[in-house]
Parts: sequence; C-alpha cells; structure tokens
Amino acid sequence: MVLASLRLNLFFLMLAGLLAAAPLYAQPYYLELASTALVAAMFALSLQLLVGGAGLVSLAHAAFFGLGAYAVPLMTRFLGAPPSILVTLTAAGMLAGGAALGVGALALRTRGFFFLMSTLAFGQLFYFVFHDSPLGGGSDGLFIQRPVFGVGSLVFQVSRADRPAVLLALNLGLLALMYAGLHALMRTLFGRALLGIKANEHRMAATGHDVRALKLAAFALAGLLAGVAGHMAAVTDAFVNPDLLGWHRSASALLMVLLGGIGTLYGPILGAFAFTALAEASQSITERQGLVEGVVVLAVVLALPRGLAGLGRR
Amino acid sequence: MTLVLEAVRLSRRFGGVRAVSDVSLALHRGTLHAVIGPNGAGKSTLVNLLSGELAPDAGSILVDGIDVTGWANWRLARAGIGRSFQRTNVMAGMTVLENVRLAAQAVLVPGRRLLRPAAREAAPLRAARAALLRVGLEEVADLVAATLSHGQQRLLEIALALAVQPRVLLLDEPLAGMGAEESERLAALLRDLARDHAVLLIEHDMDVVFSVADSVTVMVDGRVLERGAPDWIRDSVAVRDAYLGHDV
Amino acid sequence: MALSGLLVQVLNGLQYGLLLFLISSGLTLVFGVMGIINLAHGSLFMLGAYLCFAVVRAGASLWVALAVAVLGGAAFGVVLERLLFRRFRTREHLDQVLLTFALILLFEEARAALIDNQFHSVAVPELLDFPVPVMGGFAYSAYRLAVLVICLLVALAMFVVLERTRIGAAVRAAAENAEMVDLLGIDARRVYAFVFAAGTALAMLAGALAAPIQSVYPGMGQGFLIVSFVVVVIGGLGSMAGAFWGALLVGLIDTLCTAYVPQLAGASVYVLMVAVLLWRPAGLFARG
Repeated sequence: MVLASLRLNLFFLMLAGLLAAAPLYAQPYYLELASTALVAAMFALSLQLLVGGAGLVSLAHAAFFGLGAYAVPLMTRFLGAPPSILVTLTAAGMLAGGAALGVGALALRTRGFFFLMSTLAFGQLFYFVFHDSPLGGGSDGLFIQRPVFGVGSLVFQVSRADRPAVLLALNLGLLALMYAGLHALMRTLFGRALLGIKANEHRMAATGHDVRALKLAAFALAGLLAGVAGHMAAVTDAFVNPDLLGWHRSASALLMVLLGGIGTLYGPILGAFAFTALAEASQSITERQGLVEGVVVLAVVLALPRGLAGLGRR
Repeated sequence: MTLVLEAVRLSRRFGGVRAVSDVSLALHRGTLHAVIGPNGAGKSTLVNLLSGELAPDAGSILVDGIDVTGWANWRLARAGIGRSFQRTNVMAGMTVLENVRLAAQAVLVPGRRLLRPAAREAAPLRAARAALLRVGLEEVADLVAATLSHGQQRLLEIALALAVQPRVLLLDEPLAGMGAEESERLAALLRDLARDHAVLLIEHDMDVVFSVADSVTVMVDGRVLERGAPDWIRDSVAVRDAYLGHDV
Repeated sequence: MALSGLLVQVLNGLQYGLLLFLISSGLTLVFGVMGIINLAHGSLFMLGAYLCFAVVRAGASLWVALAVAVLGGAAFGVVLERLLFRRFRTREHLDQVLLTFALILLFEEARAALIDNQFHSVAVPELLDFPVPVMGGFAYSAYRLAVLVICLLVALAMFVVLERTRIGAAVRAAAENAEMVDLLGIDARRVYAFVFAAGTALAMLAGALAAPIQSVYPGMGQGFLIVSFVVVVIGGLGSMAGAFWGALLVGLIDTLCTAYVPQLAGASVYVLMVAVLLWRPAGLFARG
C-alpha cells in the first residue's frame, strides 16, 4: 500500500482543520452530514486494512460495524443508565473485535471465493439475530439514548444546539487517530507482512510466515475498528436498526474503498466523502437512489479500476 | 557431514497415480544431492513433500532427528528448510530487497516484536542483504522484482530460500530457462551453497548435475531407480536405458 | 409428532432443497468455469418470479410463464455475459463483487420500473390444484409434487448434458482447468456463454417455479442467495454432486427445524455451515 507523503499528509491536516472549523461557517444540517461522512470514512478505513492491507475481501464487515452500534443500547440497558462514552466505545470495540475474532477463525479456514461466501453467510447470521430477536428492537430498530460525554464526575453537558459541532469534532478526532494508527501500523513488521500476503500468500507461507494467524489478527483488528465506527454511527444518529449489519452496507464500504483506490490508506476517506456526497445529491434529485448508486458503481468498476486516488497518478 | 534431513519411505498418490512411491533420502550438511529423472518422475512432488507443501500418504520426515511429518510449509521453513520454486514465485510488485527482507522476517523476528517499525529491525535487513550478496543481486536490490530479467528472478528465488536461514536447501530446477553463461555462474553458486548447507538439487541439465553433485538419485515413475556417485550413475546401464538414453 | 406430518415436512424440505439446487448449481458452475462470483444470482431468481407473475397476469398459463423464464433467462444470460461478465473473468474478486452488487441495485430498479414494488401471489394452475392424499389423512399439494418432479428432471438433464455431450465435457474440463478448454478444440467463449446462459436460465426457472408456492416480493432473491452460498460452501466448489446433496441437506434441515424447533430455524443453516467449515473446510463433497 502506498502511504501518503509528508506533503500530502499536511494537505489532509489542512482539510481536517477546515472541517474542524466548520461550526463557524456551516449550518447544523451540514455538520451532521459531515459527521455521517466521517463515520463512513472510519468504516471504509477499517475495511481497507483487510482489502488493501492483506488482500481479503470480506462481506461480514458491516456486521462488526452494526455490533459496535448496538453496543450503545445494550450497554445502556445492562447498566441501567446511559454510561460514559468511554465505556460504550470500549464495549463496542471489544464486542466487534471479539466477534470478528470468532468469525475470522472459522472463515479464514477457507480462501478466495469460499472466504467471501462464508463471510457473507456469517454477516447475515448477525443481521438475522438483530432482525428476528427482540434484543435490539427487532426489524424496526431502536431510538437510543446517547452515552454521557465524560468520565465519572467530569461530565460535559452538551446542549442540543452544540451537539452537531461536538459530534463533528469527536468523529474527526477519532478518524484522525485511526488514520495515524493505521499509517504507523503499515510501517511495522506486521503491516509489511500483510502486504506480503496480499502480494503472494503462498510464498509468504513458504518462507515461514504463519499466514493464517497474521490474517486473523488483521481481521480482528479491522472488526474492532469497524465497531468503533459503528459506535460513532449510533452516537451520531441516536438510532440503530438491523440494516447497519446487512451485507449491503459491507458492499457499500467496499465501493468506498474501490472508489478511493485500493492502493492507498487515504483513498477510503476520499471514497467515503465522495459516496456520502453522491447519496446526498441523488436524494435531492430523484427517488430512485438505487438507480443512481447502481450506475455509479457500474461506472466505477468499468472505468476507474484504480479509484479516485489513481486519477492523480496516471 | 552431519545428517540434517532424513526422509523414510515417503509415498504420495494423486487419484490413482503414485506420484512418489516408497522414496527414502538422507541429506547431509556440506553435500549436494541431485535428483534426476524424466518428466513426471515425481521429483517436484518429492520437493513438495519435503517442504510441507503436500502431506505424505505414508512415510516420515525427520529434521535433526525430530519427526516433522505432516508439518505445514511455514513450520518447516522455521525448522530450517528453505526452498525455491520451479516457476518463479515472488512478491512481484515489491522491491528485491523487500522480497528477501520479508522472507527473512518470519524466522528472525519473534512474534512479539511484530509491532515494531520494520525500518528499525536490523536483523532481517542484514540477512536480506547477505542473501542478495551471496547470489549476486546486491546491485538490483532496489528494483521492483517484476522488472528483473528471467535469470535474475531465478537468482531471487534462491535468495528467498536462503533468507530463511535454512540448513536444508531444496532447489527445484533453479537453472530452468537460463543461458549458458548464467548456468555456469549458477553452478558455481550451487557448489558454494553446498559448503554450509545440505542441498537437494532437481535439475535437467546433466552437465551441471554431474559437475556439482556429490551424489545422485535417479527417479522413474515415482520410485528410486538408482542412487550413487555421479560417475557411477553416468555409467549405470539401468539408468542409461531408463532415462539418459532418451536425452543423449 | 405424527409420521404423516413428518412425511409432509420431508417432502417440503426436498422440494425447497431442489429449488436451492437449481440456484446453487448455476452459482457454482459460473464460478467453477468462469471464476466469477455472481452476487446478483439471487436477483435473477427474483426476476424469474416477477416475470412469471407478469406473464400469468397477462393471461397466459403458468406453463407458458415457465417457458418464458427459461428462454428469456438464457437470452438474458447471453447478453449479460457478452456485455459485462466476459470482461470480469480475470478481474479481482473485489471488482466482481462490486459489479454484481451494482447489478442487484439495477435489477431491483428495473423490476420497479417494469412491473412494480408490490407483494404478489401467483395462482397454482388448475390442472395441479388438488391435494394428493399421503398417509394418515394428510394431503400434499399436487403442484409442490410437480415442482419436485420438474426439478429432479432438470437436475437429471443437467447431469446428462455434463456427462454425455461435447459441450458438457468442455464445461467439466474448464471447471478443473481453464486451459483445458482450448485443448478440447472448443471455443472457450462459447463455453462461457453457455455456462452463464444456463446459470441464468436455471435461476429464473427456480424463481418462476417458486412463485405459486411462496409470495413474490422485492427482497426474495437475497435470502435465497445467502442460503445458496451456504450450499456451495457445504457442497464444495465446482462440484455439481456437492451442490445437489448440499442443497438437499440444507433444504431438509431448514424445513425440519422450522417445523419442529422453530427457535433454531434462522440459525440452523449457519450452524451446519460452521460445522462443515470446522470439520471439512473444503466442503463435504470436495475432490481430493
């Protein structure tokens, strides 16, 4: 994977600054939209660890995203009152990461086509758990109470008017943290080994790499990060429903990754913003959003196999 | 001349075909043992059994006296078995140095240090440079592997096998597709590698085999037909009938 | 539990399993021969059901609708293969996933535009609209029995084509090794077109056959797609026999669990898949 140069990272830092300052010049509606895009970016970025990092195409990824989201109402019910956001965030990461570890341990016994199919089936299993059981409000979903912004006695009371700005800052901060973390991870021996597996899994095994353990670690970590993204989706929207776990959402995230370009770590962020903007634009012109999305996906796979990031490097 | 690898009565079938049947073999440090035979004799299958790419149906494999039968390829690599592939099998999009560094990484760096930055872990880098120097690729270390010439890619195959710090080197037709001059240099490299490894060489070029091998096994139809010193094999009537006659 | 009730459930399970086989055989063939993952395969099933509904609504009989589904499916398959899938044979899995994801969205839109977004039911043809008595006073729908027989005949025809014809031999060879096709002296592109057309026709036939049994609704293809994937995982890749027995196994287990252990109904198929992945990750019927 091509990691961004110092200059490009400075450019992203500038964009982030512009986004962070958005409450000074933008309507609350657009702040919320930006939060949606940031959450999508976190989700796509977590998937990139699998796709661009280890060459694994998973259709179960939304299940971990959705588990992270459902962790918020589940923790609230378990503890009786809305807990600290640090508690729900940790729970979301653990729940999603743990589930990913279990699914990965089984699905990674297979490769390629079989891996894809078993991730799809496992993902739908989680979808049906929340769709068919009263655990999280069934198929209609659930309006939830947001967790408390603070720890112990140090609690920030966020007014309704301030909320979009606070959420935007929080999502931006988490995305930046995730990006920096993955940027560093891809430079470690572990990250290099993942890239080696993507390039030639067989040769990596023949030179002594425990390929399955490495892939499982990546799968679990990506699931954990997807859980963090899902958690932020729930906190941002104050609503969860089973569609968060459905494989269509996994496919959308794959689209964001491909749209941005699979060769880079910043591609998925570009892809998520482009995807969110596209959905927003299509919503304002037509009711047939499926048509717009379908045509765009088709156009991207036919015409832009290297994604938006590939445009600049031609 | 310490015994490093011992294979006892290995067999492997594919469907109804006995690809390898009852083959025993001993590899000693400091010697080069060549396996020759017509196409389809089971030579590559033998290498795949010894390197853990395939599991044998019967028989056992011992490394330093430890039974490693049925171990997966990555465990055998860590146990000291390095191999090259008949068809070049590298991380094509990466640089030559990164290819070899990755090959050295698994054996040289314990799992708990995997989260350290690759640039700060000196051992695999050092091992990679040493392997490249030994096969003579140090000048192209920074090129992307896919851009190398065929001969250089064959050398990279050997460097990858060397990087895992093996005691046994299994080389599956390393000379395939090489020119005369390149072959000569590679033959010298093979002799050099045999000084501090137990080398198993599969090769079709008989001139090279008889000039570098300390001993030779002839396989036909998955079985061992003859085994002995190169001169003796060259003069063997049975071998000549079964195999060499076709080529000479 | 009464024995006759069990018999009815077993018949239901077999009939569901055979429908699953029509879908998963196409899925496994298209992957085995062309190396393509077709997530839109379930949507083809949905299109077949809606096509059947539209043809019957227009006044034709169900038999005409079935023929339209098969012939229309084959033609549609040829077009799809030529325009899109042929180019994606050598592309990465990610590209194939997204291509077929786009097709799912577009097929749903096409259905909405050409037919509608409503739930529908299709009447069982009069000829078969009677109960067949089975043991102990229980009766079984003649149409369901007919579906069972039709599916079995189709399966039989598939095995005959694969085992006894030149194109069938080419398909089997291609499923094992893509380079083999050229050796047989058959134009590889014809084999791909044939396989894709057959897969599409089978999925649409399954949809049309299912229309009088279950209701016809927009998302009906998704559930079948997922379960067909489970069938292929269980049966083993590229194996027609695996798809057949895997589909019957899944159909029976799902139906019997729904009838007798409803708490497990949703999960039973997945539990089966997990068990197979643990025990034989290459599938129950994988070669070698």
